[in-house]
Amino acid sequence: MTLLAQLAPIESPSIDWFAIAPPLALFTAALFIVLVRSIYRHNPLIRPLALLMAITGVICAGAFTFVQWLLIDADGPFSSTGPYEAIEGMVAVDGFSVFVMTVVLIATLLAILLASGYLGRERLEAPEFYVLMLCSATGMMLMASANDLIIVFLALEILSIALYVLAAFDRRRATSQEAGLKYFLLGSFSSAVFLYGVALVYGATGSTNLTKISQYLATTTILDSGVLVLGIMLLLVGLGFKVGAAPFHMWTPDVYEGAPTPVTAFMAGATKAAAFGAILRVFFGAFDLYRTDWRPAVWALAVLSLLVGSIAALVQTDVKRMLAYSSISHAGYILIGVQAANDAGASAALFYLFVYALMVFGSFAVVTVVARGGDENHTLADFRGLSVRQPMLAGLLTLFLLAQAGVPLTGGFVAKLSVFDAALDAGQYPLALLGMLTAAIAAFVYLRIILAMFAPEDGADIVRGKTRVDFGTGVALTLAAAGVLFLGLVPGRVLDFAKEATCRSDEIVAGVVAPDDNDCDVEPESGSPAPEASPDPG
Amino acid sequence: MTDFPTLTALIVLPALGALAILFVPRGRPEIARALGYAASVATLGMTGYLLHDFDTHIAAPQLGETHVWMESLGVSWTTGIDGISLFMVALTALLIPIGMLASADIDNAKSFTMWLLVLESALIGVFVSLDLVMFFVFFEVVLVPMYFLIAGWGHDNRRYAATKFFLFTMAGSAFLFVGILTLGYLYERANGTLTFDVQTLTNWAELDGSLSSSTARLLFIAFAIAFAVKIPLVPLHTWLPDAHTDAPTAGSVVLAGVLLKMGAYGFLRFAIPMFPDAAVDLAPVFLVLAIVGITYGAIVGAMQPNLKRIVAYSSVAHLGFVVLGTFAFTIEGLQGGVFTMVSHGLTTGALFLLVGMLYERRHTYEISAYRGVWKVMPIFGGLFVAAAFASIGLPGFSGFVGEFLALIGTFISSRWYAVAATTGVILAAVYLLWAVQRTMTGEPDEENDLPEINLRELCTVVPLLGLSLFLGLYPAPVLDRVEPSVEAVLLRTCVADDPATPDDDEAVVVQIRDECPEDAPIPVAAEEPES
Repeated sequence: MTLLAQLAPIESPSIDWFAIAPPLALFTAALFIVLVRSIYRHNPLIRPLALLMAITGVICAGAFTFVQWLLIDADGPFSSTGPYEAIEGMVAVDGFSVFVMTVVLIATLLAILLASGYLGRERLEAPEFYVLMLCSATGMMLMASANDLIIVFLALEILSIALYVLAAFDRRRATSQEAGLKYFLLGSFSSAVFLYGVALVYGATGSTNLTKISQYLATTTILDSGVLVLGIMLLLVGLGFKVGAAPFHMWTPDVYEGAPTPVTAFMAGATKAAAFGAILRVFFGAFDLYRTDWRPAVWALAVLSLLVGSIAALVQTDVKRMLAYSSISHAGYILIGVQAANDAGASAALFYLFVYALMVFGSFAVVTVVARGGDENHTLADFRGLSVRQPMLAGLLTLFLLAQAGVPLTGGFVAKLSVFDAALDAGQYPLALLGMLTAAIAAFVYLRIILAMFAPEDGADIVRGKTRVDFGTGVALTLAAAGVLFLGLVPGRVLDFAKEATCRSDEIVAGVVAPDDNDCDVEPESGSPAPEASPDPG
Repeated sequence: MTDFPTLTALIVLPALGALAILFVPRGRPEIARALGYAASVATLGMTGYLLHDFDTHIAAPQLGETHVWMESLGVSWTTGIDGISLFMVALTALLIPIGMLASADIDNAKSFTMWLLVLESALIGVFVSLDLVMFFVFFEVVLVPMYFLIAGWGHDNRRYAATKFFLFTMAGSAFLFVGILTLGYLYERANGTLTFDVQTLTNWAELDGSLSSSTARLLFIAFAIAFAVKIPLVPLHTWLPDAHTDAPTAGSVVLAGVLLKMGAYGFLRFAIPMFPDAAVDLAPVFLVLAIVGITYGAIVGAMQPNLKRIVAYSSVAHLGFVVLGTFAFTIEGLQGGVFTMVSHGLTTGALFLLVGMLYERRHTYEISAYRGVWKVMPIFGGLFVAAAFASIGLPGFSGFVGEFLALIGTFISSRWYAVAATTGVILAAVYLLWAVQRTMTGEPDEENDLPEINLRELCTVVPLLGLSLFLGLYPAPVLDRVEPSVEAVLLRTCVADDPATPDDDEAVVVQIRDECPEDAPIPVAAEEPES
């Protein structure tokens, strides 16, 4: 009795609901769908209603994110003194989180649209599918603003567990079951590795809060940094698994191939964005001072991913597997930006994620349509002569594939440009060259698909018959294609967005670390030296 | 008209045509074709205007404009044209409608016309870009329409040829891309601003002390690899015969006529002016490769049983002369190089058109299938022989002027290279005349009872041969406009060449100094093009 009285009441942190409004909106939408589903079990209207609610949830989340951005952009309460840290520093709201959330929301919206037709076609339980997708997206959103390793882990689990189920969602198809199980086993293993890393980092620094870790490391010299470095490496392994970077990529081809195609599109676009968001925040924010320790590791991951992704794709005959391997090589490109370990690298990685989400989504969306009933037809042979039977689809897939190959006037080119910019800025000439050469190898893979569509071998069997493109898929494809072209032709806005997003997060999350080599203040710097530079050559 | 962005319009106009064709229903190819002619002829007309507007006496790029494109990456939309690019643009604008006219019977005319227009837009973009990244954008985009033209309308081995073409160029471009970005970053590090503006970078890069000589050399090599693939210089040329042989006629015409020139143009516009020291140092390598190309192209060409492959290898040889003239670093050599670029576009274009006509009649390129064609098709035979002579470089045709200048220029600066290259002139006569003899002469058999060339086909070939003849007799219009620009290129190599340290290849260095006026002014971007 007295003992209890002596104990101070456990203080629960005040919760700033606005800071976590975007993920909450998604989660609320998910709960509503579950609720409505359980009340109106057999009402045929449940499908469109669930779709509507899912889309509403995404739009609400988008609106909250937008308001957050307005506040950040106006130098309001969110950024004047550093990152706005809510709930005892557990989450940080800054340009960085807003950017990643935007990418996740776009990918989620597109995936929901794509799934709406797919679920009807495959006769799968629509409401549950949306619920899982929204839950997973909730985790991703949380991950984007996580400012504490525990929150990163929680977000990782929220997003993963929903994804495990989604991967196995088509329960009539053995490959889908296999994908789910494989993803689950390897995923939980990697979560364990990540958690172990968290424990070691906690042991070394005494905190799991990224800001506190960064401050601690800045003020304390750790003489024997073995534990810390091991912890950092384990974190890298855990997150590297989620982004599908070689050598932690083994699950990618099988899971991407087996999962229902809309899930694959979602997994590729959104998960990668969230996981890279976490990588950037953890490594740039908390462990910026130890960059000399983690850069070589990231460098190795990048090189391996580039090589494995492009070379292993050469021998595939299944288009989904080809795209899975190409997503590994894309992870390599983004890692090039990460390992540059400068602001340019971070913003390049963000921009790449944005473009990547659109182009990989678009590619998988076309594959979804071509796969037809049963979601089984995605070998190269199924794409033969697609240009004759459905020229629009063939044209769109060509656009997305060329964008992935980095052909100019598509977003893919600008993304590669910005990533290599950052790498060269950090003096990584060989890495940039390797990246370009593997891009040429990867281009061969994309060309194989394009050739199959436009110029099939003479005398080969050509699949006949059209597949209907339903409304949702059509909208999603149009949006993705427009985005890819827009980002290729006039990328200025989004580039600036990415730049601002990383600048603010750097000065903020890094806390005490003075960003030395950063050129954040784009406007004044690029404006002023120009006049004095130009007369020089004369 | 001063404010009108002519060059941007030249890029946009064909692109708009292509976009319009996209919305033409599939069943109405005639509309697509009409749109194609309209867009390409309008572009040609505008090019005519450009030729008229062009100020002959200015070496610096003119008629251009600058806009911000991707600010945070330092990329701008900068256009401009000088004596070298002017004729490349004109050649593009001329060859595209001719290619369209030559492909009047092609399947799926809608897509074909669309890709041709996209190709035109991209090619013009390449030649008018004065921002390195913008140049690279178009340099890469060119691949896409060409790839589809070969893969979609090519002959038997088209899938292989198209893929090989794409990958070779893309792998080459990898080096160029890294080179461009590196240069931009080195500039940023030195001057604080990130820019890819060609004139700014050129003026900076060639200054002593901007780049260490090893950096400059590495960058030059990076640029050179991409351009050498395009030209193509000999060890990197293997994509060319395949691409040419399997491309549809219009594709081959544009490929030989314009695409290959992108490489030579890249040397003249970027690699040499930016890294003149390195270019002079490495000139012997390129001279040797050029001579190997000239003789190897001729010898391998002579062995080919396939008529189109002979013409393809003749391109390797001709482009060898371009490289030879360029790396001789004399006014005559550079002028000859540029002139050969123009002339090769005309004569080889004509040859590909004529070979394509034979293919349409017999569906084979095998030389052994043809005999006595001249007897059954007298007009065709005459044109074929004329085109062959024009390509060989018979005096009176443009080929002669270009090769002669290139050889003279080489002789001035590096005598023995010129002597070696001259053998190529003789070999060219061997393989083309031999091909003419085997196909055109003799007694025709029943299979060779071919219909005579028709009016449409005549309209495609005659302008090219006529222009070749005109420029052969009166080359001044081209040479006058090219001269200030190549002089500017040459001056950079002179300034770069420090007289205090005569080193390396004495023949080249000494001779260049003879050519250079004592205190040559650096050709700075004289006037900023009005925006």
